[in-house]
Amino acid sequence: MPNASAGQAALELRDVAKSFGSVVALKSASLRAESGSIHALVGENGAGKSTMVKIVAGLYRRDAGDYLLEGRSVDFRSTADAKAAGVAVIYQEPTLFPDLSVTENIFMGRQPTRRWGRIDRRAMREEAVALFARLGVAVDPDRPAEGLSIADQQIIEIAKAISLQARVLVMDEPTAALSGNEVDRLMTVARTLRDSGCAVVFISHRFDEVFALCDTITVMRDGAYISTDPITEVTVDEVVRRLVGREVTELYPKQPAEIGDVLLEVRGLTQTGLFHDVDLTVRSGEIVGLAGLVGAGRSEVAQAVFGVDPYEAGEVRVGGTLLRGGNPVRAMELGLALVPEDRRKHGLVLDSSISRNVTMATQRRLSTAGLITTDAENTAARDWAARLSVKAAALDTLAGTLSGGNQQKVVLAKWLSTDPRVLIIDEPTRGIDVGTKAEVHRLLSSLAQQGLGILMISSELPEVLGMADRVVVLSEGRVTAELARGAATPESVMHAATASHTTHDPELAS
Amino acid sequence: MTTVLDPPAQRRTTPGDRLTGLLKQRETGILLAFLLFLAVTTAINPRFLFSSDGWRDLTLTPAILVLLAVGQAMVIITRSVDLSVGSILALTAYLTGRLGLDTGLPVPVIVLVAVLAGVGLGLVNGLLVAFAKVPALVITLGTLYAYRGLMLQWAGSDRINASDIPDSLLRFGTSSILGIPKLALVSFLVLGVAAYLMRTSRPGRELYAIGSDPDAAHLYGLRVKSRILLAFATSGALAALAGVLYAARYGTISSGAGSGIELEAVGAAVIGGVAIFGGSGTVLGAAIGAYLLTTIDRGLPILGIPDFWQRAVVGLLILGAIVLDKVLAERQHRKLLAERDQT
Repeated sequence: MPNASAGQAALELRDVAKSFGSVVALKSASLRAESGSIHALVGENGAGKSTMVKIVAGLYRRDAGDYLLEGRSVDFRSTADAKAAGVAVIYQEPTLFPDLSVTENIFMGRQPTRRWGRIDRRAMREEAVALFARLGVAVDPDRPAEGLSIADQQIIEIAKAISLQARVLVMDEPTAALSGNEVDRLMTVARTLRDSGCAVVFISHRFDEVFALCDTITVMRDGAYISTDPITEVTVDEVVRRLVGREVTELYPKQPAEIGDVLLEVRGLTQTGLFHDVDLTVRSGEIVGLAGLVGAGRSEVAQAVFGVDPYEAGEVRVGGTLLRGGNPVRAMELGLALVPEDRRKHGLVLDSSISRNVTMATQRRLSTAGLITTDAENTAARDWAARLSVKAAALDTLAGTLSGGNQQKVVLAKWLSTDPRVLIIDEPTRGIDVGTKAEVHRLLSSLAQQGLGILMISSELPEVLGMADRVVVLSEGRVTAELARGAATPESVMHAATASHTTHDPELAS
Repeated sequence: MTTVLDPPAQRRTTPGDRLTGLLKQRETGILLAFLLFLAVTTAINPRFLFSSDGWRDLTLTPAILVLLAVGQAMVIITRSVDLSVGSILALTAYLTGRLGLDTGLPVPVIVLVAVLAGVGLGLVNGLLVAFAKVPALVITLGTLYAYRGLMLQWAGSDRINASDIPDSLLRFGTSSILGIPKLALVSFLVLGVAAYLMRTSRPGRELYAIGSDPDAAHLYGLRVKSRILLAFATSGALAALAGVLYAARYGTISSGAGSGIELEAVGAAVIGGVAIFGGSGTVLGAAIGAYLLTTIDRGLPILGIPDFWQRAVVGLLILGAIVLDKVLAERQHRKLLAERDQT
């Protein structure tokens, strides 16, 4: 049994495994985080980091392996158990109650009470004020959580963790949606927590932050533990090689295509609170990458262009013809297609067959006197399914049972069958395994060669850099850079993506 | 990002702030609408308020609906709905009558048994909603018919008459203290306790949290299922109490008692500012909504509005309330977004 020596880890996972049905999310994950240190956990999307976080948080229960807190084996049944044991988790997307006040959000479920369980509102508010003072931020404790910026939402989450007196704090990509000075603020807070004896686990894709902040680094790949080293003993290149485990270049089979006329032109698109003055052009044969952090407004722009969401000012032209807002049917007629980010929610009818999904957007063309026969559907769908090599037992297989990659192909087939001139594709390879990713990329590349204009939104920097002829970077709803393929480097894109618009800053104004 | 301009902690709330805060509250608006309607109707026919009957009806008639609306509000705040309350009311009213007729148990025991029956029926709703993960709208639509069917099976064409109900209960139903009917006092008491608990107890606040974002509530480690059970059990208990009041007030209970009242309860809650998607609103608002609905029902004939328009007026009120909610929420959302843009 572990002894109570000083070297005991605050949090230790050993060979933890977790499967969902037949999908193995974690094979053998291990992590050892010490008190008073900041431990980096890195790995590609889909490496199993988030699953591991959820096991630590008590949201999932592990199938196998050990989970120890300060040497004692634990088995949490709910997040409340984990919180009570001093484990706080900040998820990728903050989870707050929009209708309730900031103060209530911090203390929900464990409000200070007086006699007969009466909540002591004054004490609660005072504690919230004290927490914000300690964090050095000014957030109105009485305002509702609705409408807070992601950075402030994260501050609320951190305030929550501090008020729990957490001994282990896991931050799952806390900086993904933050701008430069917000990241600095967060890093200061993380260091303060470390110095007060907390074990911090920091998950991030940004190596500059990882190397600036952390003292130890653990690499994961494909649901398994790869290595743990003191941060001073590894280099970025070494870490990248370990977490990728293969050559990066072969993933992006970008073929040169002939770039022609402007197909999609967006000018001054504005919607208060979401995006401002966005200009974009996409030419025939061109792949334009739309990069930026989570919450920068990329998907919002795409949806406004396609007419799903409204915009207040600006104009959209498709092949020179003005497209008015709020009319997706007209957008489709003009040759726009939108492959949405969340294909399970917005891209597919999960309970319908492959063929019905593929023909969803072309029903009018396929129908005779308003009726569609399964035969007509299957004939149309068979062709597309074959062209995109959708792997399924039959065309009547339900879309919900397919793998992520094959689902994406079905969505693509649906939109390609409308014969579009411009394809807007939001996170084309999210949640898709490596092999299929390359297939999707090859497909996009060949579509561009056939003269299609492609606007590709992606959070994966290598994908943007590998695929795009031109990269447009959004930050906080504004275009902060437009980079040609040659000029787009990880540094230049990240720099533009984290640029903040301090228009009120006197130094910039002068 | 927030700026360090005016640390809100040091800002004092002035009486002026408090007044505008009060005026902005939905409850105030609905209360003003109620008072306005009362004033207009009374101006046309002073007997509407200034007669012993008028005064009594004003507080007595809404008492039953207030109980249902309070329970309904608690359920709607958790992003559910309870359509079975009319049937629960009927079953428990009949149970009250039968117990009085068949057993001769003392009245307090009868009330207790009826309320416990209501808790049981509410728990059935709650268990189905919390564990079967079917929307409450469908579940309670099912139990609405199932409970009513149970009632028909049990009562048949039989009905309880005033002579069958224990005298003490009937007297309770018609007597007053200081000019306020006792039944109204019961509804005030329930309203007061519910409003207090919803505001200052952990379970009460958790109901709001669950309705505001069920997924976040799960992540927080709140006991979502047991809270949903609590909401439905309370709704059932209050429907049962309403059933007892129904027996005490009307004395006659047939198998059709309380048909359709569940929709009035939902309407009262919505008119009173309880958001139909959960997370906001108060039981006080729902109670004032119940007052407005019942009083309009009684007052429209006095204003010379024909019978068949009365339903339409109620419908318009509900639509108006929902549209107003939507507009206000949208405005608030835009305002917060615009604020965020500026900083």
